[in-house]
Amino acid sequence: MNDREHLVALRGIVKQFPRVRANDRVDFDLRAGEIHALLGENGAGKTTLMNILTGLYRADEGEIRIRGEPVELRSPRHAITRGVGMVHQHFRLVDRFTAAENVTLGWHSPRTVIRRRPLEEEIQRLSERYRLRVDSARPVWQLSVGEQQRIEILKNLYRGADILILDEPTAVLTPQEASGLFESLREMAAAGRGVVFITHKLEEVTAVADRVTVLRRGRNVATVARADTSEPELARMMIGHELPERRAESAAEPGEVVLAVSGLEADDDRGLRALSGIELEVRAGEIVAIAGVAGNGQRELTEVLVGLRPARAGRIVFRNRDVTNASVARRIAAGIGYCPEDRLRQGVAPSLSVTDNLISKRYRSAPVGHRFLLRRRQARRVAAELARRFDIRGADLDAPAATLSGGNVQKLVLARELSADPALLIAAQPTRGLDVGAAEFIRRLLLEQRARGRAVLVIGEDLDELLEIADRIAVIYEGAINGVFRAREANEERIGLLMAGRAA
Amino acid sequence: MTAFALAARSFIVQLVAVAVGVVVSVTLLALVGTSPTDALEALLRGAFGTDFALTQTVLKAIPLALCGLAVAVPLLMRLWNIGAEGQFHAGAIGATFAALSAPEWPAAALLPAMIGAGMAAGALLALAAAVPRALWGVNEIITTLLLNYVAILAVAYLVIGPWRGAESFNFPVSDLFSPAAALPRLGSSQLHLGVFFPLIAAAILVFLLHRSPWGFEVRMIGASPGAARAAGMSTRKNVVVVMLVAGALAGVAGMVEVSMTFGRLQQGISPGYGYMAIVIAALAGGNVLGTLAAAILFGGFVVGGFALQTLGVPQAFVLMLQGIILFCALAGARLAGSRLTPWLPLRLRRGEAGEAALQKEEPSIP
Repeated sequence: MNDREHLVALRGIVKQFPRVRANDRVDFDLRAGEIHALLGENGAGKTTLMNILTGLYRADEGEIRIRGEPVELRSPRHAITRGVGMVHQHFRLVDRFTAAENVTLGWHSPRTVIRRRPLEEEIQRLSERYRLRVDSARPVWQLSVGEQQRIEILKNLYRGADILILDEPTAVLTPQEASGLFESLREMAAAGRGVVFITHKLEEVTAVADRVTVLRRGRNVATVARADTSEPELARMMIGHELPERRAESAAEPGEVVLAVSGLEADDDRGLRALSGIELEVRAGEIVAIAGVAGNGQRELTEVLVGLRPARAGRIVFRNRDVTNASVARRIAAGIGYCPEDRLRQGVAPSLSVTDNLISKRYRSAPVGHRFLLRRRQARRVAAELARRFDIRGADLDAPAATLSGGNVQKLVLARELSADPALLIAAQPTRGLDVGAAEFIRRLLLEQRARGRAVLVIGEDLDELLEIADRIAVIYEGAINGVFRAREANEERIGLLMAGRAA
Repeated sequence: MTAFALAARSFIVQLVAVAVGVVVSVTLLALVGTSPTDALEALLRGAFGTDFALTQTVLKAIPLALCGLAVAVPLLMRLWNIGAEGQFHAGAIGATFAALSAPEWPAAALLPAMIGAGMAAGALLALAAAVPRALWGVNEIITTLLLNYVAILAVAYLVIGPWRGAESFNFPVSDLFSPAAALPRLGSSQLHLGVFFPLIAAAILVFLLHRSPWGFEVRMIGASPGAARAAGMSTRKNVVVVMLVAGALAGVAGMVEVSMTFGRLQQGISPGYGYMAIVIAALAGGNVLGTLAAAILFGGFVVGGFALQTLGVPQAFVLMLQGIILFCALAGARLAGSRLTPWLPLRLRRGEAGEAALQKEEPSIP
């Protein structure tokens, strides 16, 4: 096949960053009518490569051809005039604007007024054509993440993108939403558009891709048709070894009840009821997972349990003590550890040093805190010890935590929490966004907690992962627990039904 | 990247920014027909060129530095204390109350009493803004600003009404304080003991902020309110504590001025120290030692501004120059912390965490 039949042909792309060569002579091509998965671990260079194709970065070397023509892309705006559009992981939408307004934002510059009717009709047409259902009249902040993503896609289609790039689009979606997205992508491919799908999940490659390009450490390892390969082979190409086996059940029987929640109710940020009667039990020596479609009260539940959000009704009993209205500090002292979902806002203070972040829960207790003194030398000693024990790499202990990679930030958070030996660890999305190696390290830490007879509550969205490490799974739906069962008796289908609000 | 490299980079960016400000100012001077070199020389000589000038600059820098710290410390927690001016006046009232109540006390007793009363009065005024902020999230920018009028008018009321001096010939001023209420001078110079107040305050603050659990909390809340809350720190408590400290600092400044510059309470005791303090603290980026340096600079501006007037440059123009230089410095601070400076060799570009942190900046503490 020659370059003329390719929508996109990248040849010998090199992109050098100060410390790392993100792309090292990468070749990549995209045909009309195909869904092409770009597979690789975090930091493999997938997003960099696509940012080059959308004109966000400039390649240091190499050639970009679009429909056979060599082009020099100066900006994302320029790229979209060539038909290249990208849906980023972090959406670029204006919260207070409606879907329709966001789609046209910055594209048309009307002399006087925007004519709504034809615009909305066009959006309607596109959204029906590709099964991208959105409520175009409501402001974005009222819409679900899935809907917001569909607006981003529509925005690109509206601007005439026939080369559509999606950066880890399923990271924010529920399984149901993801399969809906896949259908839309197939429709687009069937209409002759080309779709690039950045991912690090094998099952998604299997589910949706026609061809796969595997990147590892900035290099193109292989480009293969999906039919000619297998998941184990792709995994090998991606990380160099096969995926780990599923974990065995906990050997020991769970012990006494550590956390007992009954009738718990709480409001969300807008004052609407988010939790309506949560019933939950976590025992020593077990990992309980909360699974559910995002936005069913997971965040509120986590925050109420750690004391960041007031309970409106119900009781939280921790180690036989009522902590329903206890302060965060009291709960920490009582033995609740917290690994928050939003690491950079709640887990660490990014602008403070690694050392400061490691001691941020023990700055008043010996050996770091001493009456009215903060002993820097002791703090550094503790930090160095924790950095070593928890393998926090690339850590200049005096440098801001922001200089760490995502995986190492998470290790930092867990180092701090686990070193306090909490009777209960509440971990929200503990491996989200981490590369395979770091995610595995984090999972092992959670399993270690269980082995040491501590209780762990994991709030997550990656069902495979929850099934792999949890003993029991509680499915949350519209602010209540819709069902609990043992992980070994569960399967994705059953959980899927519970997540959708049906009994199973 | 090391912490030192980051600090060095930020310093260089800011230095360049201030230089740009100076260039713009000089151009403006040329446009109004004043020789920029003459003007610059007059400004510098007037501010730092002679013993007298230097003394005046330092004397002006005392209230500026104390008020600057009163703004800088809350700024560490992202609180904007616009009320240093009011807290300064409250401090003056407190100190005056002590001086008028116990004129017969010896200096060793009266001066500490005046300082204590000044600090307490300043802190009390700050508390009036801190409590609503802590409990209900009432914007401290508005409340501290409004309380300025309360304190300034309270001074007017007192000197016109109850505290009008018996020997003041009906002028709205209080009686002169007893000699014991004046801070001792250093040798034969105009300088007095108050010179040490900002230094002592800064030393205590630096120690507390970096070597005490309380300072750790303040820095953490300022750096990331969310992470601080998750670590069990109390934002509410620290909002109140920090504002009390700020009010006390500005209160000391008020005490120094009524004790030394005026020797009594009267209207117009501040040419806007509390407002210049905002500029000073912002210029220093909330840094304690930087605030001292910026206070000297601004003291120089004020004193040098008088010299500039002898060249026919109106005083308002001096204020304008201050504004331009400050504008550039603040822009520089912004650039130093942002990704808009890719030409600089040292970049905070290593981790994705850093990138993400820059993308989501938090507006304020909850």
